[in-house]
Amino acid sequence: MTPGGGGGPMKDCEYSQISTHSSSSPMESPHKKKKAAPKRKWEVFPGRNKFFCNGRIMMARQTGVFYLTLVLILVTSGLFFAFDCPYLSEKITPAIPAVGGILFFFVMGTLLRTSFSDPGVLPRATPDEAADLERQIDIANGSSSGGYRPPPRTKDVIINGQTVKLKYCFTCKIFRPPRASHCSLCDNCVERFDHHCPWVGNCVGKRNYRFFYMFILSLSFLTVFIFAFVITHVILRSQQAGFLNALKDSPASVLEAVVCFFSVWSIVGLSGFHTYLISSNQTTNEDIKGSWSNKRGKENYNPYSYGNIFTNCCAALCGPISPSLIDRRGFIQPDTPQPAAPSNGITMYGATQSQSNMAAATPLLQSEPSITSEELSLPGKTTIGAPCATLSLGQPTPPSSMPNLTSETGLTDMIPLKEEHEGHQFLTPEEAPSPPGMLPAGSPITHSHTMHVLSLASQDSLHEDSVRGLVKLSSV
Amino acid sequence: QAHNLQELRRSASLATKVFVQRDYSDGTLCQFQTKFPAELDSRLERQLFEETVKTLNGYYAEAEKIGGSSYLEGCLACATAYFIFLCMETHYEKVLKKISTYIQEQNEKVYAPRGLLLTDPVERGMRVIEISIYEDRCGSNSSSSRSSSSSGGGGGAGGR
Repeated sequence: MTPGGGGGPMKDCEYSQISTHSSSSPMESPHKKKKAAPKRKWEVFPGRNKFFCNGRIMMARQTGVFYLTLVLILVTSGLFFAFDCPYLSEKITPAIPAVGGILFFFVMGTLLRTSFSDPGVLPRATPDEAADLERQIDIANGSSSGGYRPPPRTKDVIINGQTVKLKYCFTCKIFRPPRASHCSLCDNCVERFDHHCPWVGNCVGKRNYRFFYMFILSLSFLTVFIFAFVITHVILRSQQAGFLNALKDSPASVLEAVVCFFSVWSIVGLSGFHTYLISSNQTTNEDIKGSWSNKRGKENYNPYSYGNIFTNCCAALCGPISPSLIDRRGFIQPDTPQPAAPSNGITMYGATQSQSNMAAATPLLQSEPSITSEELSLPGKTTIGAPCATLSLGQPTPPSSMPNLTSETGLTDMIPLKEEHEGHQFLTPEEAPSPPGMLPAGSPITHSHTMHVLSLASQDSLHEDSVRGLVKLSSV
Repeated sequence: QAHNLQELRRSASLATKVFVQRDYSDGTLCQFQTKFPAELDSRLERQLFEETVKTLNGYYAEAEKIGGSSYLEGCLACATAYFIFLCMETHYEKVLKKISTYIQEQNEKVYAPRGLLLTDPVERGMRVIEISIYEDRCGSNSSSSRSSSSSGGGGGAGGR
């Protein structure tokens, strides 16, 4: 346990003590005089997200439909409270506005919670981690590296007896954990990805699924509630003064009734669908792709299910809430630049275990400029934006109270499929089947050791494997 | 004893990093593989490493345990339309604090004296436990301790 009791082989090598203080906490670096105001991590977040309130609020880039949702709920409920509730509370019971108010606050609370929170974004791999994975992939593909096209990057894991393929994400440079998927709209890998919901202006994933579910559930109650009491209101009035006069007396009721009538079907349907998903512990993404459907084979079952409906519901709705992993409000630590080693780092890379000469072997790629590689991989990124899948199951539509939009909702609640990288795959130089004639493209990088100063600022966004691939190509 | 980080970076250079990957065999629960990485062979006893990982796995299992208290927390939060999380820490966050204290402590007691440094998995998206391996820099002058020994007799012999 104690440092001294390290045993024989450890005694003769003494290493200098390293600061054990985690480098990410802002307190630890009091003399950071370079910048007056240190940047927070959300300011350099690589995904396509919007942040408000200094990083406290996180949403997707496109939020137009979210404001529509907000306006529809606010206007409909506002009209209900302003024009129907006074009459109803007088004629029937004051409990109606009270219950309506509670429902309304619950709906708004869960909607804002869904929209403004981190859906469970997985941070992208650090350059070191990406390089390590790259090395492992190389080892795994070792013999076949001479082939024209390398094998797809997947990793099989066995989860509760079911084999699950983990795909490599070329954007995030990670093997996506089980159930995670890359949202092409937000350009993030999201844990337990359900779908990207434009109506709430955010992805729905591990961290906000329960908020989302409670939102649609309470919204369906609210819509039914308002609809029912608006009808009651109109009926009561028409008993007194006739139907047409009743409509004249409260024109707002007509509008509310119309909005509620058209939205109630989609919302109730959607909450029913998600109730089914929760009870079987599936995500929308898995359900649409039929990942665990019996049609794929008798042996196919959902490995994440707890086996009974009740436990599945409790786990999804009352299970522990996992923390946000992207630390949006943390400060960026200016990583102390390590002077690039003049020696050829490529050879050192494989030789990290022979510790003889290690001092000079600062990992090459960490300080390698990545300007060229950044440009190279950009075309891939731009092509992946298009959301390619729609809800194809005649699935219930997303929450809205907008009558004339209900027909479109099936199209707009998008499930970006994972296959968005088909085009991208080719662009990582390591995989590009390029003849040695392509060398000039790689050469600027190999000669750019001297440029390392420039790259310090962009170290975070290093596309390490790209650089490495090019270096390899050029050294053929 | 705690040096300033920049100075230490000068005296000891980062040689390589070892990543302990997640173990998914029990589902998406956060667990790490207890397989001992070969790179640490010369530095660390297998037992110490396994103990660290097992303790961490225990903490994560505790954080993600589904049971009475998590149901209570979930229902309570739901009853307040999740506004309670604006002023209350979740159980998971409390455990994460414990974990970071534990890692700090392990670093000080076990890893740093051996030229290793654990990184809290939460800083790496819970995907990996990152273990940085440090080397004394060759020809380093001032604060570095016995730089010659590290490059000469120290690691090289032990490694293979």
